Amino acid sequence: MLEHKAPIVTYFGLNFNLADMLMITIASAVVFLIAVLSTRKLAMKPTGVQNFMEWVMDFVKNIINSTMDWKTGGRFHVLGITIMMYVFVANMLGLPFSIVINDTLWWKSPTADPGVTLTLAVLVVGLSHFYGVKMKGTAAYGKEFFKPFWFMFPIKIIEEFANTLTLGLRLYGNIYAGEILLGLLAGGLAQSGNFGWLYAAVPMLAWQGFSVFVGAIQAFIFTMLTMVYLSHKVSTDH
Amino acid sequence: MFTSSLVLGAAAHTGVNWGTILFQLVIFIILMLLLKKFAWGPLMGIMKEREEHVANEITSAEKSRKEAAALVEEQRNMLKEARSDAQSLIEAAKKQGDLQRDEIIAASRAESERIKEAAKLEIEQQKEKAVAAIREQVASLSVLIASKVIEKELSAADQDKLINEYIQEAGEKR
Repeated sequence: MLEHKAPIVTYFGLNFNLADMLMITIASAVVFLIAVLSTRKLAMKPTGVQNFMEWVMDFVKNIINSTMDWKTGGRFHVLGITIMMYVFVANMLGLPFSIVINDTLWWKSPTADPGVTLTLAVLVVGLSHFYGVKMKGTAAYGKEFFKPFWFMFPIKIIEEFANTLTLGLRLYGNIYAGEILLGLLAGGLAQSGNFGWLYAAVPMLAWQGFSVFVGAIQAFIFTMLTMVYLSHKVSTDH
Repeated sequence: MFTSSLVLGAAAHTGVNWGTILFQLVIFIILMLLLKKFAWGPLMGIMKEREEHVANEITSAEKSRKEAAALVEEQRNMLKEARSDAQSLIEAAKKQGDLQRDEIIAASRAESERIKEAAKLEIEQQKEKAVAAIREQVASLSVLIASKVIEKELSAADQDKLINEYIQEAGEKR
């Protein structure tokens, strides 16, 4: 068991992690395929997968409705569904196996990389500021930083960064930890002795099941917090 | 062994991979736009369509329910009208019948009265006629008897016998 290397190449002075990029592409492709295939045959009377997709939509709609009214929140519907589907699929990708070629880790969850999760978090927080300015006006948006008292300003600024960090790192931490334990079981316990794979099977099974649960919960939490942050910025009623 | 395994899954990070971050950002936005165009958009469209369809159906159902209620009310009124019409028709017919019956009875009564009167008159006339005839006979018989009495000197007994004879005779002749 050696430390796995990341396939990093540098273009234009930017570091590209090829494994992350591969997994990001795969996750996006899977989400796209699931979504498009399940909405190919749309009918007024929904059947099969259309029912499932409609359930997902209603689920996200309920999340949005629990944080803001639908008139303001409706525009974030697409964002919410995409985030939830993408994060969920990304979380699931690293569970069944991981691929290591020449000591380089190629197959893993893209969300097990802090850069990826923080990108999503920054995107969300950035969008919240964008929509805050767009929907309330710059003045009203700026005033929010001095409420309820002017001296809260530094705390408010810190809060923005803290929100971003916690949003991204929570997801990263959960998925990364899950994959580490899976890696330990697969790469450590399973290879110790002749029947190591047998001893490893039971905790492996349990932990994979738990990771599915964690992955789903994290996708839900990420979507929920996205909507909460957005509603903080765009709502006028507090 | 385990300590070295701790880095499994964690690729060695040498600084921030801005390239990956950029890639993730771009891919996510592209994914979102594609999904909006090819999946969520149509799906939302059909859900909205269904919502409208259901709303329309509810509205039209409400409308036809109201129409049906109005029609039922109308029919009920018509039925009531027809019933009262029939009632009044029966009433009128009954009255008419009563009237006619009374008329017929009165007419027949008058007719029978008339016939009775006529019969009475007839009887009276016949009686008169008979009486007149008898009177005539009696007169002629009296004359005859008187002439016979005068012809024969008769005892009182014979006379009675004779009178009875003649009377008998007169009875038989008639």
